[in-house]
Amino acid sequence: MLSYVLRRASQSVLVLLAVGLVAFSMFRFVGDPVENLLGQERTDADIERLREQLGLDDPFPIQYWEFLSRAAQGDLGISFRQGRLVADIFIERLPATLELAFVSAAFALLFGVLFGIYTSIRRKGILTNVILTGSLIGVSLPTFLIGILLIYIFAVELGWLPSFGRGDVVQVGWWSTGLLTESGLKALILPGLTLGLYQMTLIMRLVRSEMSEVLRQDYIRFARARGLSDRAIYFRHAIKNTLIPVITITGLQLGSIIAFAIITETVFQWPGVGLLFIDSVQFVDIPVMAAYLMMISVMFVVINFIVDMLYLAIDPRLRDGKTSFS
Amino acid sequence: MTGHLYRIWDSDLCWSFRQSPVAMVSACISIALVLCAILAPLIAPYNPFDPSTLNLMNGFSRPMEPNAFTGETFLLGTDDQGRDMFSTILYGMRISLFVGFMAVIFAMVLGVLLGLVAAYAGGRTDAIIMRIADVQLTFPAILVAILIFGIAKGFTPVHLRDQMAIWVLILSIGLSDWVQFARVARGAALVEIQKEYVEAAILIGRRPEIIIFRHILPNVVSPILVIATISLALAIILEATLSFLGVGAPPTQPSLGTLIRIGQSFFFSGEWWILFFPAVTLLMLALSVNLLGDWLRDALNPKLDD
Repeated sequence: MLSYVLRRASQSVLVLLAVGLVAFSMFRFVGDPVENLLGQERTDADIERLREQLGLDDPFPIQYWEFLSRAAQGDLGISFRQGRLVADIFIERLPATLELAFVSAAFALLFGVLFGIYTSIRRKGILTNVILTGSLIGVSLPTFLIGILLIYIFAVELGWLPSFGRGDVVQVGWWSTGLLTESGLKALILPGLTLGLYQMTLIMRLVRSEMSEVLRQDYIRFARARGLSDRAIYFRHAIKNTLIPVITITGLQLGSIIAFAIITETVFQWPGVGLLFIDSVQFVDIPVMAAYLMMISVMFVVINFIVDMLYLAIDPRLRDGKTSFS
Repeated sequence: MTGHLYRIWDSDLCWSFRQSPVAMVSACISIALVLCAILAPLIAPYNPFDPSTLNLMNGFSRPMEPNAFTGETFLLGTDDQGRDMFSTILYGMRISLFVGFMAVIFAMVLGVLLGLVAAYAGGRTDAIIMRIADVQLTFPAILVAILIFGIAKGFTPVHLRDQMAIWVLILSIGLSDWVQFARVARGAALVEIQKEYVEAAILIGRRPEIIIFRHILPNVVSPILVIATISLALAIILEATLSFLGVGAPPTQPSLGTLIRIGQSFFFSGEWWILFFPAVTLLMLALSVNLLGDWLRDALNPKLDD
């Protein structure tokens, strides 16, 4: 088991090193830094001297190592577009994205599980059909159209909720939160709904199929034969075995929520890292792109590692160390 | 010739097609839309990319209503620059479909090739290819596509960026999508390799590339076809999303996503048609291809996840 954990951990490190290499190559090979720094009137000696100063004549592995150690210390360079430290910009933007992601994940999990259980218990019924049809439409509509549709209904026609931005935010140390003001909470509803809808249908389908599977098992039949009430069967016996895969899938989905936030943030002009990333791609702001790439990969790799370890903790069959899964 | 046609008509696939109204309707819509896109220069009443035919006075004409200044009537209205929406949508669909098809073909060639090689070579080659695939699969396609687009954009010289945007888009969507093909091709090929005909081919000393492409490939086509159809719908949506985000087709060559992006700024001030019609076209396109893919999967019923 320990060997499995170690192998898995070394794989994660390898992936991060590879991503770091991509990020570093972007810095090193897109455009020539010397060309950008020196003016028209330069001599070959100037170029040579600057190359040496910047360490550009060092062997590639040494330059890469320098880059990694600087990145690990939080030095991610200076944004071409904003002329500020990339790390500062990210610290400023990250709370917005994380708040949005967690609110959507909570929404998706709560309603996904509720709807999933309901539709698997009541297999036929008006509400079940409404939920299932709604989820089918929700999956087929591209996220950005859902966002526009929601803005149209709730911001333009009804005028209940704001159509863009975060509303008023409160600073708690370096973290700026929109969760403490009324306008901040209102501004969170539409983007949270847009981002969470797809994940909600995903979780709902998963819960529905798992629950239907569990309800066909013998131990449920025996529980019925023993005369247990429906509530005890559903909520004490069935639900426990349903939720194991749900927990792990939701964990994995957290990463993709942060990635899909790019779309939601653009539609709602939400000042998070996703919007920052799209801007950086449009203006070829390499340091910001590289930093986003590294940040999101660390998140994904860590989440995947934790989820794999959770599997290990939950499912004893995997502990003999022979079974590998990917 | 008639016998040949009759055999196709009488095949299992055709039978299940005739049994499924959903498949027939979505096939009709898909084919009609593809034809419209191909024949856009013939069907479209205006050429939206020819500035000499544009009249700014025609801007913001409502659908089916004569324009207040010029008295001209446009079927689906015009945008802010007086471009006929119907023509713009036809041309936009052309770009959306072109990018979608090319990206899927690119992903298919790359993925099937790598998948078959992985299955046939086994061992270390297999491990390396599939590990890369696994790693890429943990990242959502949209993220991979945006990143590749950004990096490729950085490498393109500034004056070529708009011209190259379409090809960069195809590259980034294709590269974000090959994993599915590789996994399915590898899975199906592993089953085939166990069979006697492959063993026989190895025994009589045929070269590996002949065995892979002449013997194994034709037997793994049907699951790949299913993945390709579903991928096409996803690629169209992905292209629209990227273009909507402003990291896809440039305004000089607008796809349906670019049109929706443009329409979004007018939508909330009452000019709903500039956004509405491209959005509906995109939905019809994606939905009909998707339903066709679902039907194909059920009809061919290949074991997709082995």
